[in-house]
Amino acid sequence: VSFWGRLNLEAFQHDALVMGAVVGMTLSALGVVGYLTYRKKWTWLWKNWLTSLDPKKIGVMYIIVAVLMLMRGVFDAGLLKTQQALASGDSNGILTSDSFQQIFTAHGTIMIFFVAMGLMFGIINLVVPLQIGARDVAFPFLNSLSFWLFVAGMVLMNVSLAVGEFAAAGWLAYPPLSGIEYSPGVGVDYWIWTLQIAGLGSLLSGINFFVTIIKMRAPGMTLTKMPIFVWSVMGSMIMVMAAFPILTATLAMLSLDRAIGMHFFTSDFGGNAMMYVNLIWAWGHPEVYILVLPAFGIFSEVVATFSRKRIFSYMSMVWALMAITILSMLVWLHHFFTMGAGANVNAFFGIMTMVIAIPTGVKVFNWLFTMYRGRIHFASPMFWFMGFVVTFTIGGVTGVLIFRFTTVCF
Amino acid sequence: MRKKSKLIFLFTALTVLVIQLSLLLKDYNIAILNPKGVIANQQKDLLVFTVLLSAIVVVPVFIMVFLFAHKYNEKNTKSKYRPDWDSNKVLETIWWGVPILIILVLSVVTFKSTHDLDPFKPIESSAKPLTIQVVALQWKWLFIYPEQNIATINYIKIPKDVPVEFKVTADAPMNSFWIPQLGGQIYAMSGMSTELNLMANEIGEYSGSSANLSGEGFAGMGFVVSVDSKSQFDNWVAGIIDPKDQKHLTKDEYNELAKKSENNSVAYYHLHDPNIYNDTIMKYMAPAKDMYNESQDHALMLDADYGGHR
Repeated sequence: VSFWGRLNLEAFQHDALVMGAVVGMTLSALGVVGYLTYRKKWTWLWKNWLTSLDPKKIGVMYIIVAVLMLMRGVFDAGLLKTQQALASGDSNGILTSDSFQQIFTAHGTIMIFFVAMGLMFGIINLVVPLQIGARDVAFPFLNSLSFWLFVAGMVLMNVSLAVGEFAAAGWLAYPPLSGIEYSPGVGVDYWIWTLQIAGLGSLLSGINFFVTIIKMRAPGMTLTKMPIFVWSVMGSMIMVMAAFPILTATLAMLSLDRAIGMHFFTSDFGGNAMMYVNLIWAWGHPEVYILVLPAFGIFSEVVATFSRKRIFSYMSMVWALMAITILSMLVWLHHFFTMGAGANVNAFFGIMTMVIAIPTGVKVFNWLFTMYRGRIHFASPMFWFMGFVVTFTIGGVTGVLIFRFTTVCF
Repeated sequence: MRKKSKLIFLFTALTVLVIQLSLLLKDYNIAILNPKGVIANQQKDLLVFTVLLSAIVVVPVFIMVFLFAHKYNEKNTKSKYRPDWDSNKVLETIWWGVPILIILVLSVVTFKSTHDLDPFKPIESSAKPLTIQVVALQWKWLFIYPEQNIATINYIKIPKDVPVEFKVTADAPMNSFWIPQLGGQIYAMSGMSTELNLMANEIGEYSGSSANLSGEGFAGMGFVVSVDSKSQFDNWVAGIIDPKDQKHLTKDEYNELAKKSENNSVAYYHLHDPNIYNDTIMKYMAPAKDMYNESQDHALMLDADYGGHR
């Protein structure tokens, strides 16, 4: 084995499409560097932004990165849909199945870890310290570190486009497909390290904001006087602290399988792929709620503000948020009723999942009755809210169906 | 007046859209809504029941959100405005209570139907069940009929109104075995044997697929399920066993089949080695052995299922 390992010229060779993306990305990066040098902005950028510990600036940077990644996510989604539209009958479309699966995997990873998480942490950084009257977060340097871990994960993810390949095993990389036997390339390793680095950033942020909310509220602001958004963030951060260590441990075990031939999740020698699927969803399902809870919080603020009225039944809202926080940890198995766990296990998780519909429904009614006897000002946020209620309610029914239905439908 | 015409326009546009969509979907076969088997039928009934029950909550929400938005629009200055009104115990009890009751009903139904429609549960019928062993390979499906001594690739024929007991494993990454018009799906996993009990009650050809990403050739893992009368089925089996030039499924042939290949066409085999399914599962038992190069100690193997959950 040479010093460079698998880093040879072949790692840089790709088809025209990927090369185009690589060249495009390099050129735009060079453009930005050139512009900054020409306008002599490097010191300003370094001092005022990159090394800033101000949560508002960190928040803005999170959002900038998330929007950039959203652009890649949209482009990837476009490619996937184009391929699906073109590949029918005798036509194979424009992508090979390997590139399709890489893009498919990258799209899921990008949208969850670098778009949704980035936007959410951006908004939390911007809003939470202001809403609780704190000058900064509890651990300002840690906050900056979290952001830069997030950026490092993002960079690694995009480097895979130019050097080597990305995983083609789906965004949650179920073994044995993601094991060394069926995925001998570097793609899954890119995926693992991207998530490990970004995931560590998320965990540190979770701790940081939880402590901030508990310890740094303005004098007189008891827990039950906090704005609903802050409550929703607290629920979300509790889930981050509980769930992200599971992700880290699971990915570490998968790395051990791949790197030094261990057998946690392999097909043979007593490895158990079903355990991986359980563990990854024990993180993955709370992750869904980690992302949606702050969105609930945002809509609670929007509907109260634009209806020019207090939020209806504050305590109900808080209880509902906390109930969702706890229940979200008890439903992971509904992602794989098809595994054949047996009727009792499936029935338990099916019922738990339906139970989540109760606090969620309560929130919808509280929003509606915040509008009731208000003076609603219809600006864009309110239109977004209306759209959200409709989609979300339909989605909720789908959810109940899936929980009700898939328990028996596998 | 202008506002009213705007509303009418919106309403008309929406109606036209819905009509167009339903016309588009009219001839489109949505597998799950067009069940052809006993299990799939019950699942569809449950689907409809749940949608109707959910409507108790959903319909009022849709009505209220647009009604309130209209009535309490800031332009309607005559509507009541009570900025401090933020709690009402009766209302809150209703919207905690009613969903709790609905979920209570659904929970009982869920518990019962999860047990009734458990994929491992044999289907009650006077007909003798047909066993089919399913092996997910890279990237095709091998179907073994141990009692009929035949095997097929990417093609299943089953008799109508006879319970079929699928035993499912993999010699490949995880796949999910799915025939939407006959029932739900079950994972195909190496070293395990899962089960799926289905029964078709209408003659026809239905499509099946893998529903879990399994690598490069995943997209080509479709197969055809042909449901026929009992006599047609028997003829078909006899036709496969009979000819002299028929392919034979031996251990060597299986090892060839298990190698990677994509978009395989349908093939039929006369089954020579009845242990292929069990051996495929045992191959992954620690310590891993090269399946056929060593003499296998079949005495170690049980006739029962390996790694099943029952």
